Amino acid sequence: MAFHVNNIKKQKTNGKGFKANATLFSATPYFLLLMILVLLPFIFIILYAFMSKSASKIYLTLDNFSKFVTNGNFVAAAGKSLLFAFVTTVICLILAYPIAYFIGRSKAKVRSLLVTLITVPMWINMLLRILAWQQIFGMISSWTGITLLGTDFAIIFGMVYIFLPFMIIPLYTSIMKIDPAFYEASKDLGADSVETFFKVSLPLSMPGIISGITMVFLPAATSIIIPQELGDGNSKYILIGNLIESYFYKGDDYYFGSAIAVVLSLTLLLSIYLVNKLDRTNVKDRSFVKKYAKFGYEKALEGGNR
Amino acid sequence: MENSSPVPLIELRDIRKDFGTTKVLKGINLNINSNEFVTLLGPSGCGKTTTLRIIGGFESPTSGQILFQGKDITSTPPYDRSTNTVFQSYALFPHLDVYDNIAFGLRLYQSDEPREFPDDGQPLTFKEKVQKLFLKKTKHLTEAEIAEKVNKAISLVNLTGMEHRNVGHLSGGQRQRVAIARAIVLRPKVLLLDESLSALDLKLRKEMQYELKELQRSTGITFVFVTHDQEEALTMSDKIVVMKDGNIEQVGTAEEIYNEPIDRYVANFIGDSDILEGKIIDEKHVEFGGEDFYCGEHRFPVDAVVDVLLRPEDLDIVYPSKGKLVGIVDSIFFKGVFYEVDVKLPNEGIITVHTTDYIPVGKTVGLTFSTEDIHLMEQM
Repeated sequence: MAFHVNNIKKQKTNGKGFKANATLFSATPYFLLLMILVLLPFIFIILYAFMSKSASKIYLTLDNFSKFVTNGNFVAAAGKSLLFAFVTTVICLILAYPIAYFIGRSKAKVRSLLVTLITVPMWINMLLRILAWQQIFGMISSWTGITLLGTDFAIIFGMVYIFLPFMIIPLYTSIMKIDPAFYEASKDLGADSVETFFKVSLPLSMPGIISGITMVFLPAATSIIIPQELGDGNSKYILIGNLIESYFYKGDDYYFGSAIAVVLSLTLLLSIYLVNKLDRTNVKDRSFVKKYAKFGYEKALEGGNR
Repeated sequence: MENSSPVPLIELRDIRKDFGTTKVLKGINLNINSNEFVTLLGPSGCGKTTTLRIIGGFESPTSGQILFQGKDITSTPPYDRSTNTVFQSYALFPHLDVYDNIAFGLRLYQSDEPREFPDDGQPLTFKEKVQKLFLKKTKHLTEAEIAEKVNKAISLVNLTGMEHRNVGHLSGGQRQRVAIARAIVLRPKVLLLDESLSALDLKLRKEMQYELKELQRSTGITFVFVTHDQEEALTMSDKIVVMKDGNIEQVGTAEEIYNEPIDRYVANFIGDSDILEGKIIDEKHVEFGGEDFYCGEHRFPVDAVVDVLLRPEDLDIVYPSKGKLVGIVDSIFFKGVFYEVDVKLPNEGIITVHTTDYIPVGKTVGLTFSTEDIHLMEQM
């Protein structure tokens, strides 16, 4: 009897051990890849940010950060980057919401056609599209005499043009998942279209809004090509991305470039944290909305019951 | 009270609705009175839900009129109608808890009386000026007033203590109670319920049937209930509207619909039925199953071919010598409370009888029934 029990125990642990091993084993390549491609470079950048070089010696220092903070130009570039990214995000949100709403509520056939139309420009290289706008702006200027290249307008226009699809797609996905019965229920309970929008559509599409903001704000704040090509060489439009680039490619001060990158990362991390916090104050139960965003209403309910 | 008023609460006049080329409603005429529990009954695709959605304002009819207390509301949007709906999926807002779901409508409520601006010699602020100019309805409920109403509704549907539960964590029955509370807290004149019990299990469904009926009595709100379940309709309704293919087949009380169905369709839809073909002999006699029967006064001409309805529970099995009809037991099934016996008649196919006695297959039996159990219907 005792032997029998022992045997079963053994088998059980063996089985479990094997399962765990198998999971670990199959995940290993992914972890390695992640280490090499994400974690390692990140660690190097952080290390570099705290290092500097004099003559032949490399030493640890905080000089890079003090250089960044004390030089008004660098801080201004960072501020301008964030401002441009902010304005771009707001404009994208305002433009994208009605489009996403329309797509999200149309029939499946129309929807896939519209999504294709919106993503088609993304099949063309971004640099080419920006260069095309450079030409178009140049032509418009020569006809009308209004300078467009090298203005705030050109930069923001370019950013909105490039990043709009990244706002539309997460938005339409979350709007599409809203059960139309919610709109009807809202109207039934006395809300007109405007009230329904603010009390039902907006809070239920919040997950889409958050990911849309993230997907536009981050690349807009760090974009290099857009300010470079549409800024018309104006030093006013050297943004933080251009600065980092210049230290890595044109200069050879990797250390200072890394410091700028670290500062930028921290700033962006903070802003994304703030955006998420803003969402949390609007929606009472995050876990439910998250589940809802992931699986749709019915699934989320099932999950809730379990 | 309002019942005596000659104008019905809701009047549907020749409502037609097409979806593309499909004619979903083909001319619905229906009166719904105050304080009534009205059930729209029919199989899926008969147009009952569309009718409800037209009353609620979610669909507009292709042609026809809806009158509410004599006033045309055909093009009034849902948010301006005195109706509220309990949706089939309940449609509880997932971003709000139980309390906020129920308070949703109250927070939107605006009184028809304009806000009063005190005439105390003080100049109006810019905001007040704008309100005075543009907002005709500005009297909102205070949070305290809302809390009072919400808590009352919550206790009415037995959800006390669950005010701040996440609606995603409620059971099906609880979610339905929230949906009902959310609708009745606004004191609508009419509550529309779209297959509201179909998602619940049998026991809960029966419980909710009585609760709904009780709720309708105690609140005095008119209920319009859509279902495909005849038993639900019989239990709850003051008035049953049987629908088929976009038309109303018959309107009546539960007893009328069950005892005097207008045709084979209604008879089959409500309860079990045996239908035989019959022929009118004279003003008081009908022939079916090879025999003549006295059936009392009827509305059919002599020689007319009619459907004769007998309910399985009205039939009794007796010795062949005493039977009005004679046949051979074809099969017998145990159904719990009764046996369902199929009796084969020599020339008329099969008659189903509900009886508490076991009768072996192959036995020759007589069937008997009383005169008032014979019901004549027009042939379709």
